[in-house]
Amino acid sequence: MRHHLFEWKEGLLISLAAIRANKGRSILTMLGIVIGICSVALMATAINGIDKAFVNGISALGADNLYIDKYAWFSDEDFFLMRNRKNVTLEQFERFEKLAQLPLAVAPTILTVHKVLAGDNYVEGTLMTGTTDGYVRTTNFNFARGRFFSPLESSGARNVAVLGSEIAAHLFPRQDPLAQEVKIDSIPFRVVGVLEKQGSNMLGNFNPDNQVYIPIGTVFKYFRRDRDTVTIVVRARNTAMTEATKEEAIGMMRRVRGLLYDEKDDFSVNTQEGLTREYDRVVGVIKLVGLFITGLSLLVGAIGIMNIMFVSVKERTREIGIRKAIGAKKRTIMGQFLTEAAVICLMGGLVGLVLAVLLSMLVNKFLPTSIQMNTVVLAISISLLTGIVSGLAPAWTAAKMDPVEALRYE
Amino acid sequence: MNIINFENISRVYQVGSEEVHALDNVSLKIDRNEYVAIMGPSGSGKSTLMNILGCLDTPTSGKYDLKGTDVSDMSDNELAEVRNREIGFVFQTFNLLPRATSFHNVELPLIYAGIPAAERRAKAEQALASVGLKDRMLHKPNELSGGQRQRVAVARALVVGPSIILADEPTGNLDSKTGEDIMVLFQEIYKLGNTIILVTHEEYIANHAKRVIRLLDGRIESDSQVAERAVPKRGN
Repeated sequence: MRHHLFEWKEGLLISLAAIRANKGRSILTMLGIVIGICSVALMATAINGIDKAFVNGISALGADNLYIDKYAWFSDEDFFLMRNRKNVTLEQFERFEKLAQLPLAVAPTILTVHKVLAGDNYVEGTLMTGTTDGYVRTTNFNFARGRFFSPLESSGARNVAVLGSEIAAHLFPRQDPLAQEVKIDSIPFRVVGVLEKQGSNMLGNFNPDNQVYIPIGTVFKYFRRDRDTVTIVVRARNTAMTEATKEEAIGMMRRVRGLLYDEKDDFSVNTQEGLTREYDRVVGVIKLVGLFITGLSLLVGAIGIMNIMFVSVKERTREIGIRKAIGAKKRTIMGQFLTEAAVICLMGGLVGLVLAVLLSMLVNKFLPTSIQMNTVVLAISISLLTGIVSGLAPAWTAAKMDPVEALRYE
Repeated sequence: MNIINFENISRVYQVGSEEVHALDNVSLKIDRNEYVAIMGPSGSGKSTLMNILGCLDTPTSGKYDLKGTDVSDMSDNELAEVRNREIGFVFQTFNLLPRATSFHNVELPLIYAGIPAAERRAKAEQALASVGLKDRMLHKPNELSGGQRQRVAVARALVVGPSIILADEPTGNLDSKTGEDIMVLFQEIYKLGNTIILVTHEEYIANHAKRVIRLLDGRIESDSQVAERAVPKRGN
């Protein structure tokens, strides 16, 4: 054992000396691995970032939330059958709110899209969520300025608005938005609160940062018809109670909607699990494709290494002959070239990793992310493995050379 | 005691459909502390004989005892070990690792022998000192003259304390003055009790040896002791 360790250590020193001696070629070889590992590490980091953004987004909206809706969000149910269901009305929500005992908070929501304007600044196609004061307790919102609208403002359908951070930044680039007036389709609203950045690009327009929240009464007053369908947001007290809360919600909604025992539910209780499932399905494919493509670049790097190791073996035929003449065994030569390939790859991998860290700082500007420990471990093991696998054939060629022929090689 | 004992050694190469008998039934004994020159025109089997003597190649038939051990059908790895312990090569083209220092070149056989670093250092330094290159330890071959390179190669051959020094045209790439210096070095090494086998086609080089074996067409043509006398001048 000690002898093997010794041999390995000496082999490593010999390999390092050989790498140093062939600096130019070693660096060129490394380049393929640098690029390969860098792209794999970046891809893994980007995927981490996307996942994190998604999870953050979900948790900003409330991870334990249920959404009672006319439609099932993620299902194969026939859309036209669902369309024929009765709307979920505000009046039904009010009865449901009184009946449901388990939820931490409930709120009706209705979405509508309008242009928001403040002075010369405006944002087209802003998503408005019309809701009640209870809504804020279904979320994890933090406020940069002000507050959510009060029960009085909510029930009185007062013209008040809460702005998402991005919207606020657009409309009031140099001004405190609080107590300012914004116009939603030329109807004036007073800003009572501004949200802190929630930070999730994954949700697109559903990102609270890009939304405006107004009392649901004002939506019905100005923009929508009274009987339009609403979505009831139900927040469970904790994750463990989500299932029970959902059971109760189904029971209470059936009562509110006057369903007989043999009638099917004419509404759906959506969970974020559905959203997560959908996300995993779509993003899962993107992840696989992304990793496959970056994997290809690593493969190209590995082929490059194999190629250059073959050239190197050929070029150093005489050296191999000398080493064999003075007593190097097959496994010594094999070990030398394998170690050389592994060390080159490892060094390339480390450089690639450093590059990936630097580039991820750039990516960080668009997608909050950082290189994870497991990415580092993965990158290092992949580069080591690449080295060994791509060094195998050249090293074997070197090991089985005939010393007489090798010494004669010019 | 015989260090080398060849019994009916043949080496046959297959060239296309033709068989070439590079060595044909050669029998030969060499004692400890002999100084032997092997001579012969090209194609006489000198190189093949040297390769087999040096355990770089194995005979097609026959038996080769090296220090009482049959090495004629050892595996590649066993032969590598024998080469490492028993044989010190000196080549015409020096065959040093071009990008390694003299010290590392001399140290290399000791690494393969599994000798710890401190001991290696001492032995390699001593070997380099014995060929007069103690001050050139950290020079690379391209920073040395031809004669110095060959001295490094001799130091490398000596460093493990081998049973045989096998020198293949050691002066072939050197001018006559430097070549003469190398031959003087061999003389000293011989006097210290080493066994030297010299392959050459130069008469004046062979005359340094005490015994000359002449090969022709894969057979031993003559095997004679050189009478004790003054070393003849080169060009004889």
